[in-house]
Formats: sequence, C-alpha cells, structure tokens
Amino acid sequence: MQIWPSGERAVLVEVATLAQVHALAAALAAASDPRIVDVVPAARTVLVVADSAAHLPGVAARVRDLDNDVPTARPVGGLVRIAVHYDGADLTDVAGATGLTEAEVVARHTAPEYIVDFIGFAPGFGYLSGLDPALNLPRLITPRLRVPAGSVAIAADRTAVYPRASPGGWRLLGRTDAPLFDVTADPPALLRAGMRVRFEVAG
Amino acid sequence: MSDRILTVLAVGGGLTLIEDLGRPGFAALGVSPSGAADRGALIAANRLLGNDDGAAALEVTMGGLTVRAESDLLLALTGASAPATVDGAAVPSHQVLAVAAGSVVRLGIPRWGLRTYLAVVGGLAVPEVLGSRSTDVLSGLGPEPLRSGDVLPVGWARSALATIDAGQAPPTGPAFMLDAMPGPRRDWFTQDAWRTLFAGRYRVTDVGDRVGVRLRGAPLSRARDDELPSEPVVAGAVQVPPDGQPLIFGPDHPVTGGYPVIAVLTESARDAAGQLRPGQDVRFRHHVSPVARTDV
Repeated sequence: MQIWPSGERAVLVEVATLAQVHALAAALAAASDPRIVDVVPAARTVLVVADSAAHLPGVAARVRDLDNDVPTARPVGGLVRIAVHYDGADLTDVAGATGLTEAEVVARHTAPEYIVDFIGFAPGFGYLSGLDPALNLPRLITPRLRVPAGSVAIAADRTAVYPRASPGGWRLLGRTDAPLFDVTADPPALLRAGMRVRFEVAG
Repeated sequence: MSDRILTVLAVGGGLTLIEDLGRPGFAALGVSPSGAADRGALIAANRLLGNDDGAAALEVTMGGLTVRAESDLLLALTGASAPATVDGAAVPSHQVLAVAAGSVVRLGIPRWGLRTYLAVVGGLAVPEVLGSRSTDVLSGLGPEPLRSGDVLPVGWARSALATIDAGQAPPTGPAFMLDAMPGPRRDWFTQDAWRTLFAGRYRVTDVGDRVGVRLRGAPLSRARDDELPSEPVVAGAVQVPPDGQPLIFGPDHPVTGGYPVIAVLTESARDAAGQLRPGQDVRFRHHVSPVARTDV
C-alpha cells in the first residue's frame, strides 16, 4: 500500500489489485470515521477525503493502520438484477461483428455475474467487468452525441448502463427501466463499486 | 408583507449560478463535490450577513447581472471586484447593503477576477439536490443556470440580528501566485518538469470553466510513458495530459481522471484559481505537503 498526499484534505491510496481497492473502501466505510467525508474507489486507488486539513494527518494514520486488517480477497457485494429489453441500436451490428446470432449475443450478455469495478464518467455510471470475451469489441469510431437513458451497452471488456442521456461511444445492446441514478432515492445510485450485477431478459 | 424574492432582470454573458459549499460525500457514486469556485469569497459574504457559511448565493461569472429585490433585504457582494449599483448609486463590496423593496441591483464587468458572489440574508432557498443547492455543470445536478425572469426565493435569517463578522479583508487585486504541493503522481514527471512548473509563467487559455482551467506555458515532461489507470482526483489537482500543458481541476471536475496529477493547489490557491481570467498569467509556488508520503 502506498499513500500519497493529494492536497491539504485528501490522500490517494494505491494498492495492488481491484479486489484490495474494494476491500479497503469497504473497511473505510465500515469504520464510519466522522473525519472522512468521501471514500472514492477507482481501478487501483482509493481517494480518502478528510473534512478539514487539520484532520488529514489523523485520517492518513487511520488508513495506514487499516493496512494490516484489510483482507486481500474481494468482499462479496450485494447482487443487483437488471431487466433489459434487448432491442438496442447496435445489437444487429454486434451480432454481425462477433459472428453470433442476436439471440446468442443476448444469451452471452445475460450469462455472467458481473462486478461493478468502479463508478465514473457520470453519476451512477458503473464500469462492470466479467463480460464474455466473445463480446469484446472496441468502442464506436464515432461516438453518439446522445445515448438514451437506461441504455445497456458494451465496450472492450466491460459492460455498463447509461444512467441518463449523454454522449457515448459504447455499443448499445438494449435498455432498462431500472432507475440507475435518482436524486430522491437513498442511496441515489443503484450501483456501487464491488456490487454484483446480473442482466435478465425483461419479461 | 411582500415575499422574500429576488427577480432576475438580466444576466451577463457568463454563467450566473446558485452555489453553496457543495455536496461532498457522493464522489463514490460519480458525483463531484461541486460548490462555489471561490469558497473563501462565498463564506466571507455569508459571514458578513450572519448566515451559515454554506448558505446558497449567486456566483456571477464576469458580472452583467441585474436583479430586483421584491422585499427589504440585506445583501453582500464579495469575490471578483465588479462595480455595483443599487438603483443607480454605486455601492461597495465586502459590506452589508440594506436594499429596499423594489430596488434594482446591477453588477458591471469585474475590474479583476472572474466570479462575484451576491449573498442575501437567509440565503437563497431553492430546493436542495443531494443535500446541496449548488449547480454542477458537469453532472447536471442542481438548479439550471439563471435566466432573465427567474424568481429566486430567499430564506429567513436564522437570528433577528445578524452577527457581523468582517472575516477576511477583501482581496485587493488578481492572484497570480498559486501555492501548490506535490501531487500523487509527481514521480511520473522528470525533475526538470518539477522545476519548470515553479520557474515560469503559465497563461490561462480559455474561459475559466467550473470543470477545469487550461494553462499554456513550458510543457511538463513525463519520466514514464505507461498509461495511468483512471484514478480519483480532487478540485485543485494539476493534471498533465500528453501535450504537457497543465490543467487545474475546478469544483465540478470529473470524479476520476486518466492523466497523472503533478501537483495539487492549497485550499486557498484553489479559491484563487476560481478567479482566474483568460489571458491572465499565473505562477506556481512550492508548498510543503501536510502529510508525508508513505509506503506501507
């Protein structure tokens, strides 16, 4: 574990694996230290933000002390099931590019249990790993200016759901009515780092 | 008694937004803290009025705002030094201004600085989103940018008598010196780049955006070329993309960034960065980190 100061109120903690990122983030959340206002997991790092500059040394010491206790195994996150209407604008193209039928693309997308690696790009946008390698295709060369909210999409080795309409270059397989981000909900985001996700064909 | 309301009669060419101290605590869900770009100026205005430090106020970019008070109100102006009038008579900044119902408050173009804060006793009482009234221009949370004709509700003072606290003295000119400490990826840059950052001037290239401010000057060369996995960033982080030209993240920065952060501004320098104008030159000054780097 390496701890780098990131300004007067935060430290960036680097660990070896994504599983350790999730374990450290979970341990810090469980500690519910009132001096810590934000814990932000990413691919190999966790940002820990203190409520004041005066509290940063104590918060950094807390992170250091946790190092011995953080398990190296990924904590088992909650399971979210997302119902998908597989009628996306790129479904036919994805089938063509992968040599699969549309039904096979859907079958391969609904088979795995995905992990939310981290949240980024937009509020509630989770980067999900675990995609079937047969569906690994690059992003669109020309991104769309407007991807509809709820679009279920793939790019390279990941899949994701667009929480709201935005530009985007992922390939659209379908759409969901699940509320990915709702400011009136608690918590407002359906997905959080470390959670497990399964996509199901909407009935 | 008339309603406690500010009516927007005109907005300037830059954005006029409602901002408070933001919504920390949601970054793990992809939501940046947002909040006033110059928090010191917002807090100074609120303290003048006896408001909570985080009461919501107007953040006026490059002046040009005209509002009418629909009831008797106390207000204060801080931040960028914009010439202001109440019913045509010049009024000072960094003072409590008592305006009568029907008075028109007008802000001209700032002589220096970018963002002027107009705060009212009781704060602006628009609905909160995730615990904050701030507009986040990147994620689209919070109130829409103000437009002519908008009607803004004003809250009630929390005490009958405002506790006047002058707070910090008003700034007297543009900030050109930004205190910065080593960032988490300082080692991704050459020693020469580290010296370069503090040696020369950098010019603010485009309109100060709340997402980030791009600078142009001597390029900062990297000591390693591998790709950095996206990592969380803070407001005030100085990120360096492949062209070597630094970018300072603002309050509505993306939660994660894909380029190494060479340095991070101090909290007060971050506020100063919120006042940088296009074409202005800035320099960086080395500041010692509050905690040591640790390998555990």
